[in-house]
Amino acid sequence: MKKRVVSLLMTTAISTSLLTACGNNSAGTDQSGSSNGATEEGAVINIYSWNDEFRTRLEAIYPEVESTSDDGTVTKLKDGTEIHWIINPNQDGVYQQKLDEALLNQSSASVDDKVDIFLSETDYVFKYTDADANVAMPLTDLGIDPDVDLADQYTFTKTTASDQNGVQRGSTWQCCPGLLVYRRDIAKDVFGTDDPVVVGEKVKDWDTLKTTAEELKNNGYYTFASYADTFRLYGNSISAPWVASGETTIKVDSQIMNWINDSKEWLDAGYFDKTVKGQWNDDWNKSMSASSNVFAFLLPAWGIDFTLNPNWDGEEGAWGVTNPPQEYNWGGSYIHAATGTDNPEHIKDIILALTADKDNLIKISRDYLDFTNTVSGMQEAANDDSFSSAFLGGQNPYVYFAPVAENIQIAPLSSYDQGCVELIQNAFSDYFQGNVDYDRAKSNFETAIKERYPDITEIQWAE
Amino acid sequence: MNKKKLHLCYAKWGYIFILPFFVTFFIFSLIPLVDTVRYSFYEYYRSGIKEVGPNFVGLKNYLELLHSDMLSYAGNTMVLWLIGFVPQIVIALLLANWFTDLRLRLRGKQFFKVVIYLPNLIMASAFAMLFFALFSTNGPINSILMSFGFTNEPIDFMGTTFGTRSLVGLMNFLMWFGNTTIMLMAAIMGISPDIFEACELDGCGSVKRFFYITLPMIRPILAYTLITSIIGGLQMFDVPQILTNGQGNPDRTSMTLIMFLNSHLKSRNYGMAGALSVYLFLVSSVLCFIVYRMTNNEDRPSSKALKKMKGGSDS
Repeated sequence: MKKRVVSLLMTTAISTSLLTACGNNSAGTDQSGSSNGATEEGAVINIYSWNDEFRTRLEAIYPEVESTSDDGTVTKLKDGTEIHWIINPNQDGVYQQKLDEALLNQSSASVDDKVDIFLSETDYVFKYTDADANVAMPLTDLGIDPDVDLADQYTFTKTTASDQNGVQRGSTWQCCPGLLVYRRDIAKDVFGTDDPVVVGEKVKDWDTLKTTAEELKNNGYYTFASYADTFRLYGNSISAPWVASGETTIKVDSQIMNWINDSKEWLDAGYFDKTVKGQWNDDWNKSMSASSNVFAFLLPAWGIDFTLNPNWDGEEGAWGVTNPPQEYNWGGSYIHAATGTDNPEHIKDIILALTADKDNLIKISRDYLDFTNTVSGMQEAANDDSFSSAFLGGQNPYVYFAPVAENIQIAPLSSYDQGCVELIQNAFSDYFQGNVDYDRAKSNFETAIKERYPDITEIQWAE
Repeated sequence: MNKKKLHLCYAKWGYIFILPFFVTFFIFSLIPLVDTVRYSFYEYYRSGIKEVGPNFVGLKNYLELLHSDMLSYAGNTMVLWLIGFVPQIVIALLLANWFTDLRLRLRGKQFFKVVIYLPNLIMASAFAMLFFALFSTNGPINSILMSFGFTNEPIDFMGTTFGTRSLVGLMNFLMWFGNTTIMLMAAIMGISPDIFEACELDGCGSVKRFFYITLPMIRPILAYTLITSIIGGLQMFDVPQILTNGQGNPDRTSMTLIMFLNSHLKSRNYGMAGALSVYLFLVSSVLCFIVYRMTNNEDRPSSKALKKMKGGSDS
C-alpha cells in the first residue's frame, strides 16, 4: 500500500512539474507579448490555410515581403514581423477541424499563438462569417470601408463574404465565374464550326442546350460528363438559403428539384456519360482526355488551368470557351481577420493589397491566370489580346468571364451549405443510376443530412 | 535503516518501470473512455462553429439511435464481415494444412508464407484506393473484360449492392487470409507428430485426418481467430469508407457501424457517437463472451492442448 502511495506521489510530482513548466513558459511569452502589444503590433501573424496558393500570391504582390524560409512555413516581412503559415489539407474536412479548434481556443491562446488571418472557401464561408459565431472581424472594425475601399470588387463576392445582417467579414482576390468549355474538334464535327459565338448561341439556355444535346447524341457525343457537372449552375441560383437564419428546417429549393429532374432525364436520354459518377474521380479525369466523347465541361478559370489542362493529352488549342447556359460561380477563397488578433494593422494592409489594389490583381491574373476581383481590371483584360490563352486556341477567355461575373446572382448562404450540396448529390446519384426510387433517395438524403447536422429537425421539399 | 532501504529497492524499480504504461494508459485510454461514456448521456455537438451543450439528456441518445437505421448498419457490417471471413477461414485452413503436411513436402514454403502475408502490409486505405481505381467503370478490370469479349458494356461494379459488398469482402479476404494461415500453421505444427503418425498407422486418409485430428486439436486457436475477426469486423471502417467515399453506396447498403459513427463525428456529435460506441462495446463484449464459452467450457482437454501447444511453439 505504502509503495503504491509512493509511486502515485511520484507520478503526480512528475506530471505537476511538467505542467508548471508549460505554465511558466506560456506565461513568459504572454508577458513579452503584451508588453509589445500594448504599444505596437504582435511579432507573429498566424495564417491558417489549406495550401500554398495564398502564400504564393502574397509573395508575388505584397511589397512588404522580405523572404520566405525554404520549407515555406515562415515569411519575414520588412519590418521584422513574421508570418507563420499553418497549412492543413482541405480533404475530409481536416482544415476546418484544425481551424475550428484554434478559433475556439482563440481567447485562451497566447498572443503569438492566436489565429490572425484565416482563409475560407465559398462552400463554407458562412460558417465563419456568421454574426452569432463572430469569429471573423467585420471589415469596418479593421478600418476598411467596403463601399469605398472595395468598390471595384464584384458585388456578389461581397455578398458571399457578409453575415446575415449584411456586414462584410471577409474579402477575396479571386472571383470564379464559370464558363462552358468545349472541344473545338467536336464542335466542328457536329455544328460545322468552332466559333464561340455560334456555339454560345447553341448553349445559351437549358432548353436550347437540350436540343443541342440531342444533336450531339445523334453524332455519338455526350454533352457533359456527369450530372455533377451541372449542379453548380442550379445550386448557385436557389432563391432562398438552404436553412434560413434561426431556423432548423432545410428547404430544398425548386432549382435543386429542377436539377434532380433534369439530370435524371438527361442521363436516361444519354446526354451524360453513364460511366462517370460525380466529379474528381478517375473516370471524370479521363473524360477530359482526347479519347473521350464528352463535348463540354462547366468550369471556372482555375478549373481550366488546374483540372482540364493537366488531364488533356491532345494538341494544344483544342478547347474553346463560351457562355454557360446559366451564370454561376464556383469556388473562391476568402481572407478573414480572426476576432482577437493582435495584428489588425498588418491584416488591413494585407487585405487591401491583395484584394483591393487593381494593379496587384491584374498582375495575379497575368501570372497565375486567376480571374481576379476587380471589375474595371477584368474589363480591361477582356479587351487586351495579351490575355489570350494558347490552351484555348488563342482565345481570350476574359471576354466571356467578365460578363458572367457581372451577372452572377449569388445564392444566399447558410452554414449548412457544404453538407447539403455534398449529400444531395450523393443521395440522388443512386436515383439517377436507377438503384433506388425517388422517394428512397429523398429519405436517404434526410437521414444523411440529419446525421451531419444534428440540429436539423425537418426537411421540406419544393414541389 | 540500511535494511529498510534494501527492502524497498527492488519494488521501487519495478513500479518505476511499469509507470510509463499506466501513465499513458490513464491519460490516453482511460480518461477518453470514461468521457465517451459520460458524454453519451449528454447533448453535445457543434453547429457550424458554435458549440451546443453539453446538456444532460439521460438516455435520449440511446433511444434515438434505436429508432435510426443503426440496426440495418449492424446488419451490413455483419454481412460484409461474413463475405470476407468465410472464404478467409476456408482458404486459410486449406493452406495451413498443406503447408504443414509432412507428406506433401512443399517447396518454397517460406516464400509462399511471405507472399500470402504481403497484402496485410499494405495500408487498408491504399488497398481500397487501388481497388476503387481497378474496378471503376472505365478502369483496367473492365478494359480487360471487354477486350477478352466477356462483356460488351463496362460492368458497373460499385453501382450494385452485390458488387460493392463483394469487393469489400474480397479485400478483407485478401488482406487477412495470410495472417490467419500463418496463425493456423503455428497451431497445427504445435500438434504432436506422434498423433499424426499413429493415425496414419491406423490407415487414416488425409481428409479424415483433417476432420478428426487437426480440426479438433486446433479449436482453441480457431476460436481465437473467430473472436479477433468478429471484433475486427465490427470495427470495419477504412475499406468501405474509402471505396464508397464515406457514403456506403449504393443506398447505404455498405454503411458499417463505424462509418455511421464517423458521420456523427463530422459534426462533433460526441453525445450520439458516444452512445453508439457504448452499444458497440456491449455487443462486442457479448459476442466475445458467447464465443469464449462456446469453445472453452464444454471441452476441457482442448484448452490443455492449447497450453501444451503454446509451450511447444515457444521452444
